[in-house]
Order: sequence, then structure tokens, then C-alpha cells
Amino acid sequence: MSAPLLEARQLRRHFPVPGRLFRPSTQTVKAVDGVDLHVARSETLGLVGESGCGKSTLGRMLVRLDRPTAGELFFEGENIGDLDETALKPVRRKVQMVFQNPYASLNPRQTLGDTICEPLVVHRVGTPESRRKRALELLDIVGLQPEHYARYPHQLSGGQRQRIGIARALALEPRLIVCDEPVSALDVSIQSQILNLLTDLQGRFGLSYVFISHDLRVVEHIADRVAVMYLGRIVEEAPVATLFARPLHPYTQALISAIPLADPARPTPEVILEGGVPNPIDPPRGCHFHPRCPLAEDRCRVETPDLVGTQEHKVRCWVVNRELASSS
Amino acid sequence: MTPALDASVQVRSAPPVLSVRNLHAHLHLGDTVVRAVDGVSFDLPAGATLSIVGESGCGKSMTALAILGLLPQPAGRITEGEVWLDGVGDLARLDQRALRRVRGNAVSMVFQDPMTSLNPVFRVGWQIAEAIRMHETVSREEARRRAIELLELVGIPSPSVRCDAFPHQLSGGMRQRVMIAIALARRPKVMLADEPTTALDVTIQAQVLRLMKRLQQDSGAALLLITHDLGVVAQMAQRVCVMYAGVIVEESAVGDLFADPLHPYTRGLLASMPKPRHGAARQALISIPGTVPPLSRLPAGCRFAGRCAHVFSKCREAEPPLVPVAGDLGPGARKVRCWLHVGSEAA
Repeated sequence: MSAPLLEARQLRRHFPVPGRLFRPSTQTVKAVDGVDLHVARSETLGLVGESGCGKSTLGRMLVRLDRPTAGELFFEGENIGDLDETALKPVRRKVQMVFQNPYASLNPRQTLGDTICEPLVVHRVGTPESRRKRALELLDIVGLQPEHYARYPHQLSGGQRQRIGIARALALEPRLIVCDEPVSALDVSIQSQILNLLTDLQGRFGLSYVFISHDLRVVEHIADRVAVMYLGRIVEEAPVATLFARPLHPYTQALISAIPLADPARPTPEVILEGGVPNPIDPPRGCHFHPRCPLAEDRCRVETPDLVGTQEHKVRCWVVNRELASSS
Repeated sequence: MTPALDASVQVRSAPPVLSVRNLHAHLHLGDTVVRAVDGVSFDLPAGATLSIVGESGCGKSMTALAILGLLPQPAGRITEGEVWLDGVGDLARLDQRALRRVRGNAVSMVFQDPMTSLNPVFRVGWQIAEAIRMHETVSREEARRRAIELLELVGIPSPSVRCDAFPHQLSGGMRQRVMIAIALARRPKVMLADEPTTALDVTIQAQVLRLMKRLQQDSGAALLLITHDLGVVAQMAQRVCVMYAGVIVEESAVGDLFADPLHPYTRGLLASMPKPRHGAARQALISIPGTVPPLSRLPAGCRFAGRCAHVFSKCREAEPPLVPVAGDLGPGARKVRCWLHVGSEAA
């Protein structure tokens, strides 16, 4: 196996909970709590989980918009987890991000051309004339017209705005793009256009994606491998076909079963989880999932299971791993 | 032409508890008129679930707001059409005073975002009790007791404690359960739900959908479910109307719609959903080119013509009517608004 493009080892991000007046903070939210993952060249890693599971915080750390509290983050073999802004600058050219809300992530007072050129200006690439040429080329790549160069974000539809977000991310010819819910704000007919565009660009430029989404239907379509997060930890990781055909973790099973499929003949979901995601300030001891888990045993309430399994398929569950061990 | 043709197909097994006839709701913004709802007709039979599905800006939410007399003011008004509610009359003709007696009583609504639709400064039990006390004279104690019962009914643990919680102390799923409790407080005949689970996580969505289905079966209320998610439609509804740019383009039983969509827009919508891959190689998704025309500047002919792969000259000249397929006038009639499907009798 060749060295991965991006690799995280025991990555953590803890946020202090704001204290009260004259009383300093004593609690922390472990938004990301020991995540190991890797992304190969030209690969798409899907990152799924419900609100508050830490997937967006993890995504921001992977592009170093956020500094890890602990752990290591390697990009092309270099540990970038602890670099300061100056040292990060060459890395930033290779790692870009596409955000969820294409309106909030574009400057309303900047023309679309200037928006796309901005990364080139920041990194002092080319002359004004060559930047303009590059912006027009990028507009074409993402399926927009040259006349969009002089327009403003409010003149575009949601799907077109997301195309601008993608063009801006592509400007510096990055190796990796972290896409945080890039199609969640879009209608289904527009969503498919953007998903197709992302797939085309990957083939064309050999990009790697970390694709963060709560929508498993979209992730199954776009990802090569999938990591499922729950309360700051990865609970299962597998190639996409394996994960959907044979999900092992009870949480993954419930997530997949809860997708409303466009098939009236399918009965209502078999596995419906009771309760909601616990408070991340005070997560349950042991396995975070045990209060909602149909398989929970005494051990799950005290000891945290590790993410173990084969190179391909890993799962963080005492019961599943014991059964796998005894059956093999 | 269209209204007359629509009106010819009113045969239903159960009598409709809500019957919307040729409803037009327009928004007047300065000099422009946005035709948000532009001639919508449907019947909601008692105890049934009808879904209105469509993408942003198709007029599905405006249809619900128009039914309840809650169009944004002063821009919005019903310019034409009727909204017959069984036992009440034509809601489109009622003034706000009369409507207030109907809303939350014979017809109620669950909104998308349970944070902004609950009042943040009142305890949730009080807000449920308010919904009861609006419409009947009961003591505070009695209203509170019934609020606790309703909280229990919608599956909120320790309801007598949660009754005194403020909305911000509850999770999104719990808040939506409170909204449902308020909507059910007066045992309405019709419940409108506008994207009730869109703001929720998928496992919570499954809980809330299951709850709504159970409560609807127990209470016998008819449900008008407005959503953009065809998966939710497939799970919840018996009948479905697909809306596009202010009009219904296809209406059919849910099974028929998913098995054999007729309108090119419905086909595109279903095809653009990512399908389970079952390990197969990734294939490009089918997408609908272009975007929805602005509702203030609609094209002359079919509203979908600009994005349709099957467009021919007639589509650009005249708007097709919503007519039953193959002259079927039975209770389960499928209707479609497309020149490809207009038979000789309607042409």
C-alpha cells in the first residue's frame, strides 16, 4: 500500500465549556476524541454521523482551520497538526474546503470572478491578467458561463453558488478537498448536478475528497470508503459496498435502516433507535452508544471498546467484535 | 379550461374532509406579482395522508399557508379559489377572526423548525394548554392535566416534569413532538405538516415519522404532508401531488407514482435521487438541466418546457391541463399535466 495522502492519528479537539462569571470553565466538550483515519490519492472518504457527532470539527481540523488539541495529522508525509500559519501556507494550497451554505461562504460584495481569484491573490500566484484567465477557465470547468465573472452571489441560484464554491476550492490545484455537507442545502435535482460535477472533477484532476454528510444516500453514491462517527469517535469504517451490505455496528445498522427510501413497498424501518444523542459535555461512560444500543451489556457501560477489525473493516463494539472473533 | 377539467374528477371513496379548488395565492412585491400558488386543486379524504412534494419555491408551503389564511402580509393574498373544510365552509372567505377559531381547532399545523415556531419564553406545557384554552373554557389545572397527557401521547419521557421545561431545554426531536402535541390538542380533522422532519437527524426523523403515523391512525385525522423528500412520501402517504412552479404537475396513488412516474419532471426527480448501489460501480446521476423559472416571469406554455427532454412545439404555446390519464375517472385516478399524456378527448 502506498503512503496515504492524509493520515490522522489519535486526533483530538476539545473545547472548554464557557464558565460562569468569576467561575472558570471546568468542563470540556470532546468534539473529536481520538480519531484515526487515512485518505488515499484519488479516493473519497465519506464521513457520516448525526448533528453534534464532531464530523464538521474533524473536517475543519483536516484542513487545519482548527488546531488539534492532541494527536498527529500527516499530509504527504509531513506532520501538519502543529504547524503555525506561516509554515502552513504551502500546505493550504494543496488542501481546500467546500462549505455547506454556499450563500454564507461567498462574500456578497465581491464579484464571482474576484471570489475565485482570491486564493490566487492570497498565495501571490500569477499576474492580474493570468488570474483573470484562470478564473474564466475555472468557471468553465464548473459549468458556468464567462458572463458570471462580473456577477454577484445574490444573482445566482443555490446550485450555481455551490459551483462557485467549488471553483474557488479548485483555483490552487489542490490535492485534497474537504467537502462539508456540500449538497445538503440543495434541491434533489440540483444536488445530483453537483454530485456529478464532483465525480467528474475527481476523475479529471485526481482529487481526493473527504465528503462530510448526514445523508447516507448521498454518501453511498459518492464515497469509496465510509467512516461513521458517533459523539466524537469513529464507530465503524469500511469500504462503501461492505458498509451498506453488511453494517456491523448497531448504530450503523440503525442509521442505514432509518433512511426513508423512495420505495412505498418497503416496510417502515426495522431498527428505530430510541432516545436522542446524549449531551456531549457529559457523554455516557464506556461505549458512548450504550444507552441507545439494543446489544448493550455490562461491559459496554464501563469500558470503551477500541476500533478494531481487519485492515478494511473496523468496528468499535464489544459484542460485535466478540462474535466476529468466535466465528472466525 | 384547467379548472373545469379538474373539477370533473371529484369521485373519491371517502368524502373529502378538505377540498381545495383552483386555489391561487399571489405575492405582490412592489410591481411584481409572484404567482406562488397558481391554480391548485386537490381533495384530502378523511383519515388519509396526502403528500405535496416539490422543490424549493414550487409553492408547496405557500399552499399550506394559504389554506390556513397565514400568507405573509401584506404581500400575500388569495386571488381566486376555494378551500372547503368539512363542517366549517370555505376558509378562503373567512376573516381573520373566524380563521382564528378554526386554526388549531378543526385544522392544525406542524411547522418545519420547532425552535422558531415555539415561543422561547413560555414553558412548553403552558403552550400546549394555551392551544386548548384558546378554544374551550377549561380551568388552568384541567388544561395542564391535558397538556401532560398530550406530552405522554407524543412519547416524551417524564411528561409531568418536561411540562415545565422551556423549548431551549429540549432537543430538536422533543420540540417537534411538542409541536405535534399542540397540533393534536383539539383533535383536529385535518393536520397540515410542512417539512416536519427536515430539521431532524435521520434516526430522530424515523421516530417522529413513526409517531405521526401512529397518532394519525389513532385519532383519524387527515394529514396533508408537505415535503421535498420522496423517501418520506413513500413511507407516509397514500396519495401524492407533485408541484412544480406553482401548479400540480402530477397526482396519483403513491404506489403508481414510484412504479411508473408519468410527468417528465417527476421522472427527473426520482431519477436524480441517489439509489442504493448494492456494490455496483458508481454511475453518473441523472439530473434535470437548468433551474425553475422565476414565479414572477413564467413562460407562456408548460412551466417545465425549458428543462424538459421531451419538449415539442405545443408545449411552448399552451399550458397543458391537469387531466386524468386515459380517461380514468375512478377514485384512484392518476392525473398529469403534460401534453404527452393528453388523450384525444381532452385535446
